[in-house]
Amino acid sequence: MSRTGRTVVLAVVILVAVVGSLGYVLHRRGVQERTVRHAPPVATRSDLGEVRKGPYIVFRDTALGGDYGRAAAVPLTAPSGPRALTPASCDRVYATNHDALCLSADRGVVTTYSSTLLNDRWAPTHHLPITGIPSRARLSRDGSLAATTNFVFGDTYANPGQFSTRTFLSKANGGTVGELESFSLMVDGKKVTRADRNFWGVTFADDDHFYATAAAGHTTWLVKGSISAKSMTSVRTDVECPSLSPDKTRIAFKKHGHLPPGQWRLAVYDLRTGGEQLLSESRSVDDQIEWLDNRRVVYGLPRTTAGTASSDVWAANADGTGRPTILIPDAESPAVVR
Amino acid sequence: MTLRSLPDVASEPVRRRGGRVASTVILLGTVSLLTDVSSEMVNAVLPLYLTAQVGLGVLAYGFVDGWYQGVSALVRIAGGYAGDRGGSPKWVATFGYALSAVSRIALLPAHGFAAIVGVITADRLGKGVRTAPRDALIADASEPSVLGRAFGVHRAMDTVGATLGPIVAFLLLLAAPGYGGVFVVSFAFAIVGVAVIVLFVPNLTAAKGAATTRLGNMLKEMARPRLRRLLVAVGLLSLVTVGDGFLYLSLQQRDNMAGRYFPLLFVGTNTAYFLLAIPLGRLADRVGRSKVFLGGYVALVAAYLAAGGPLTGVGWTLLVLLLLGTFYAATDGVLSALVSPMVAADARGTGIASAQTVVALARFGASMAFGALWVTVGRSPALLVFAAVLTLVIPLAAWLLRVAGTHAGSPSVGEEALA
Repeated sequence: MSRTGRTVVLAVVILVAVVGSLGYVLHRRGVQERTVRHAPPVATRSDLGEVRKGPYIVFRDTALGGDYGRAAAVPLTAPSGPRALTPASCDRVYATNHDALCLSADRGVVTTYSSTLLNDRWAPTHHLPITGIPSRARLSRDGSLAATTNFVFGDTYANPGQFSTRTFLSKANGGTVGELESFSLMVDGKKVTRADRNFWGVTFADDDHFYATAAAGHTTWLVKGSISAKSMTSVRTDVECPSLSPDKTRIAFKKHGHLPPGQWRLAVYDLRTGGEQLLSESRSVDDQIEWLDNRRVVYGLPRTTAGTASSDVWAANADGTGRPTILIPDAESPAVVR
Repeated sequence: MTLRSLPDVASEPVRRRGGRVASTVILLGTVSLLTDVSSEMVNAVLPLYLTAQVGLGVLAYGFVDGWYQGVSALVRIAGGYAGDRGGSPKWVATFGYALSAVSRIALLPAHGFAAIVGVITADRLGKGVRTAPRDALIADASEPSVLGRAFGVHRAMDTVGATLGPIVAFLLLLAAPGYGGVFVVSFAFAIVGVAVIVLFVPNLTAAKGAATTRLGNMLKEMARPRLRRLLVAVGLLSLVTVGDGFLYLSLQQRDNMAGRYFPLLFVGTNTAYFLLAIPLGRLADRVGRSKVFLGGYVALVAAYLAAGGPLTGVGWTLLVLLLLGTFYAATDGVLSALVSPMVAADARGTGIASAQTVVALARFGASMAFGALWVTVGRSPALLVFAAVLTLVIPLAAWLLRVAGTHAGSPSVGEEALA
C-alpha cells in the first residue's frame, strides 16, 4: 500500500475510534440519566431525630439518584419503610448512638480517601488515618473506639502480587491507638513475623479487647487482641471479617473454605462450644456481618443484575435455619444502633 | 555529536542517517504511548472497579495481580524467540498489542471472577509477548552508536502515555460516570496504536528477515560468555533492587503527605523518568552504556539512603522520586541498548527478553527478601541494609560488565561509532 493509502486508512481508524467511543460514552450517559430518572423513588422522611428515638439501623443508601451513597437511617420497627437521610456521604458507614464513622473515596485525577468521625448531629469531629480504598468500619458499643480497614495497592508495574490491607485503631476523641501491623501476633503459641501479614475486619468486645482477621500466606485466622497489651492471639483458622454477637457468645464471619478465590459463605462460630454453623445464605457474601439482635444477622449483598451499582441489606437467622429475606432494599453497610 | 562515516553495510536501512533517531523508533514510541494511555487508564480504575463494582474481594484482587505479573515474565522469552525465529518481530509485537487491545473491550461483558482473571491475563500475555520483539525492532532500526538515545526516546514516549492514562480515565469518569466508558475509550486508544504499528512500522530489513533462526543457533548465541556475564551482572543488581511499590509504601509510612497523595508518587517518578530518559540515553551512547547503567544503581543506592535515612519531609520525598526516576531512565532502556549489540541480529529479541526476564525474576526475589527484612528489622534498617549490599554489588557488576566488554560490538552490527 502506498504511504498515502496507509495514511488514509489510519485516518479512518482514528475517526472510527473517536466517533465510536464518544458515541458509546454519550449513549451510556443517556442510559444512566434515564435509569436515574425512571428509578422507582425511594420513600424518605425528614425526621431523623424521630427515627433515632428508638432502636434503628444506619446504612448506606444505594438507591439510584441524587442521594446515592448518603448515610441514612430507618427504625428497627419499619426497616423497609421510609428512610431518613443524614448529611453524610460515605462509601462505608458505621454508627452508635453517640457517634458515626464515615469512610469515603473522593474520586479524581488523584483519588484521595477520608476517614471521618462524626458526632451525634452528623457533624465531623475528627479525621482518622486512612491510606487507600475503604473496606471496613467499626465502632465499639459505646462509641469510644474506632477501627477502620482500607486496602493499599502497591505499584502493579514492577511488583508481583502487591496488595495489602491496613487497619487502624483510633480513639473517638481523636487519639490514635495504632495500626494492627504494630501489634504482636501469636499463632498456636508461636510469634508470627512474616512479611505478608495482613489484618482486617475488627469487631470490639469491650474497651480493651477485640477480634479481627489476621492473614499470612494463604491462611487466615480469627485472632483475639488486646489494645493495652498490643498483642493478638489466634483462636482458629479460616475466619474473615468477624462480628461479635451482642451477648458476646458467638462470632459471625465469612468463611472461604474450599470455594474459588473471591467467594465466601456466611457462618457463625460459637465461642463457648467451638462449634460452627453455616448460615442458610447460599450466595457468596463479601461483607462484615452485623447482628440485628442475638438471633439474626444482617449483611449487604449486591444485586445480581449486571451493571447495577445497587445492593440490598439481607437478614438471616444466626442458627442456620430459615431463608434469608431482604430487610432494607437499596442499602448496604448496615449498623444496628440499640 | 558527530559520527564517523559508516561502512556501507547492506542490512543498514536507508533511513539511518546522521545522529537522528530513526523514524521507526518514533513510530514505535507512538504505539507505546497510545498503548500505555490505554493500559494505564484501565489500571488506574481497576482496583476500584473490581472491589466496588464487581464486588470482588481484595484478596481476590491480590490474586489477579500476582497472576498477571507471573504470566508476563514467562511469555517474554517466548515472544522474543518467536520474533527471532520467524524473522518477523513486527508481527509478533503486533499480536501482543492486538491481544491487549481486545482484552480492554472484553472487560465490558466480563463480570465473574474467572472471566476477569482471563481478560487481565490476556492483557499481560500481550504485554509480555510484545516487549522483546519491539525492542529488537528499535535496535534493528537504529544506528548502533545511538542505541541509548533511541531507547531513551522510546521510553520517554512510553512514560508520557503512562502518565496521561490515569488523567484521561478520571476526566472521563467525571464527564460520564461508569466504567464501561473507560474500557471503550481505552480500547479506542489501543486500536489506533495497533493501526500505527500495522500500517507504518517496517518489519526487519529484508536481509535479516529472510533467514529463519534455528533453536540451536539461538542457544549458542545465548551461551556466549559475554552475554552470560552481562546476565549475571544484571541479575545480581536486580536481586538487591527493591520494587518501587515498597519504596512508596515506605515513604507513605513515614510521611503523611505521601500517604494521602499516594498516586502522585507514581507521577513524580514518571516525570523524572520522562525528563531524563533521552539525556541519559545520549550520555550512555557517549560515555558508555555500562557506565550509565551502573550510575543508575548508584542513584538507587542514594534513593534507599534518602528514603531510609532519618530526615523526612516533602523535600526528601521529592528527592527519592527524582532518584528513582533517574534509576529507571538510566537502566530500563539502557539495558536493551546494552544487550542489543552483544547478540547477533537474528537472536536479538531472545537476548533482550532474557535480560528482561532475569531482571523481573531477580526483582521478584528481591521483593520477597525485602518484605521479610522489613518485618524483622523494620523499614529504615531494611532500606539501609539493601543500600549497603547494593553498594557492594555495584563494583562486582562493573567488573563483570568490563569483562563482558560492552564496548565491542557484535560482528553482525560492526563497531560502535563514537563521538
